[in-house]
Amino acid sequence: MHLCPFLVRFASVFRFNTVLFESKLLICKNQRFIPLSWKRRFGVNSLKRIIVCLKQAVDVSQLKVDPSTRQLLTAIAPKKISDFDKNALEEAVRMKEKLGGTEICTVTVSAEDAKTVVREALAMGADRAYLINDAGFKEIDTSGTAYVLTEAIKKIGGYDLILCGETSLDSFSGLVAPRLAESLNIPQITSVSKVSVEGDTVIAERTLEDAVETMKAKMPALVSVTREINQPRIPSLMMIMKASKKEIVTWTGADLGIQKEKINAKIDVIEVLAPKTERKKIKITGENVTEIAEKLVKALIQEGIIGR
Amino acid sequence: MSENNGVWVFSEKFDLFLEILSKARELADRLQAELAAVLIGSNIQEKASELIRYGADKVYLIDSPVFERFQAEAYLGVLHDLASNYRPEIMLIGSTKNGKPLAARLATRLDVGCVPDCARLDVDDKRRLIGERITYGGNATATVAFRTKPQIATIPPRAFEKPEPKDHKGQLIRFDVKAEEPKTEIVETRPLETSSVRIEEAEIIISCGRGLEKKEDKVLLDELATVLCGQVGCSRPLAEDRKWFSEWVGLSGHKVRPKLYIACGISGVIQHVAGIRDSKVIVAVNKDEQAPIFEIADYGIVGNLYEVLPALKEALKKQLQ
Repeated sequence: MHLCPFLVRFASVFRFNTVLFESKLLICKNQRFIPLSWKRRFGVNSLKRIIVCLKQAVDVSQLKVDPSTRQLLTAIAPKKISDFDKNALEEAVRMKEKLGGTEICTVTVSAEDAKTVVREALAMGADRAYLINDAGFKEIDTSGTAYVLTEAIKKIGGYDLILCGETSLDSFSGLVAPRLAESLNIPQITSVSKVSVEGDTVIAERTLEDAVETMKAKMPALVSVTREINQPRIPSLMMIMKASKKEIVTWTGADLGIQKEKINAKIDVIEVLAPKTERKKIKITGENVTEIAEKLVKALIQEGIIGR
Repeated sequence: MSENNGVWVFSEKFDLFLEILSKARELADRLQAELAAVLIGSNIQEKASELIRYGADKVYLIDSPVFERFQAEAYLGVLHDLASNYRPEIMLIGSTKNGKPLAARLATRLDVGCVPDCARLDVDDKRRLIGERITYGGNATATVAFRTKPQIATIPPRAFEKPEPKDHKGQLIRFDVKAEEPKTEIVETRPLETSSVRIEEAEIIISCGRGLEKKEDKVLLDELATVLCGQVGCSRPLAEDRKWFSEWVGLSGHKVRPKLYIACGISGVIQHVAGIRDSKVIVAVNKDEQAPIFEIADYGIVGNLYEVLPALKEALKKQLQ
C-alpha cells in the first residue's frame, strides 16, 4: 500500500494507526488510501453539510375534481414529498454514502403541519429536518418561498451544497430553486441528471432542449435535479424506526425574522379550474379489427385530419 | 418616477423568440405600447433586422464575442441593467431550460413576480397582464395576474404561431455592456441524440405506452408512422424506466399539439394527458376498457394494439391510395 508522504508524517499526530484498524478505507483519486474516518475526523471531506429543500405537495395523482364547478378538491387531497425533491434527497443520501461524514439537513416551508411528510425524508436518510411552519405562509408564492428558504438556510449555515427538485409536483413552476440561489448569491446548476463532487467543485450534467451540457461550479452551490437522476429508495422498517429518534427543528416566520411585506404574494391567482374536456369520446366497435380500423380511417378522413 | 412602459421579448432560441413576438405585438397594440426585442449574442446584426421585420419597434442589440453563447450571469446582467434603466411594463421570456431560470433570477433581482409557462396571454382593462398556465400536474389551468411590474412571464415553445415577416420599420439600439462575472463554467457540450424532426413540430404522432411489450415491437408504430407521414413518441415509463426512447410526451417531457395523436397502450395518467391536451384529434387504443385515456379521446378502440395497429396500417394503405 502506498501512502502519501504527508499522511505518514502526520500519522502519529492523528492516531493514524487506530484509524487504520477501523478498516474503513476509501480509495482516493490518485489511487492512494485515505481512511474514511480520518477524512471524517479532520474535515478532508468537501461535503460537510448538504441542504435539501423539500416541498410538501398535493399528490396530483389522487386529486379529485368537482365536475359541476370544475374546482379542484385540494383540501382533501393527500400530501406527499414532491417527487423531484425526493430525487434531490436520494442524491444527497447517495453522496453521503459515497463520501461519508456528510450531514444532510432538509428544509420545508409550509403553512400547515408537514411532520408526517418530513418523517419520511428522515427515514430515507436525512439527519435533521427543519420545518418552517407558519400560518402566515398561506398565500405565499415562489418569491416568498425563496425568501423564507434563504433566511432559513442562512440560519442553518455551514452548507456546501443545496439540492432541490427542478420543479414541484403540484404547482410545477420551477422558479424556487433559481430564485433561492440568486438571493443567496451562490452558483446554480439547474435541470441536472448527473452530479458529482470533486474537492470544492460540483460537476453536473444538464439536459437541455438540444444538447447535454456539463457544468462545474465552486461550492457552496445549488443544484436542481430532474426525476431521471435516480430512483429514490423506499425506506425499510428499520430506517423508519431509526428516523423517529431524529430531530425535527420547527421554526416560525418570527424565528427567522421574516418581514411580512416580503412574503406578500406578487401574483394574484384569479382562478384554478379543471380544463373542459370537449372530446367526442366515440368508441369504435365492429365484427373484427379490420372493420374497426376501416371505420376509424373513414372518420379521420371525414374530419379532414388525413387525406387521400 | 415614470410608469413602466413597453412590452419586451427575449429568448436565447431564435425560433421561440419569433413565436413570442407575434403574441407580444398583439399585446403591445392593445396597450398602445412599444414592442422591444432584446437580442444578445455575437455577430447577430442580421437577426436584429429580422426581429424588426417580425414586428419589433425597437431592438436593443448587445453584440459582442463575449456573449457568443448563453451564459446565465452574463445574460442576466444585461437584462437586469436594461430593465432597471428602461422599466418595461411586460417582459416575455422564452421558457427553455436556460430561459426559465433566467426569468426567475431576473424577477428575484427586480423583486417582482414571475409566471412560468404561460400558454395563453391577455391584458385586462386595468392594463394587467393575465396569464394562463397548466398546474396541479395537468389537473387544472390557473389564470393569474401580476401585482408587480415589470410583469415577467415565460412562454413555452409552440404556444403561439410564428408571425409573417412584414415591411415593418423599427429602431436598432446598440449597447456596449460588460459581461457579468460567470459563477459557473461549461466544461463540455454535446448535441443530444434526438430524432431529426422535433416532436413538437409533428402534425401526426403515434405514441406508445406500457402496452408495448418489447422494444423491437416499436416497428409496429414505425410502420404506421411511415404510412401517415407522422412521428413516433412514447409516454414517460418507456423512456425513463425501460429506456427504450430518449424522450417522452407529457407534462415533464414534450408538450405536443399535433393534428392527430394516436395513443397506443397508454393508460392516460394526468401528466401524460397534460402534454397532449391541445391535440386536435386524439385516438386511443387500449386493451383496458376502463383506461382513463378513453375519457379524453375523440375515438377509442378497445383492443390489443398488436392486432389494431397492423389492421390500421392496412386500412390506411387501402383508403389513401
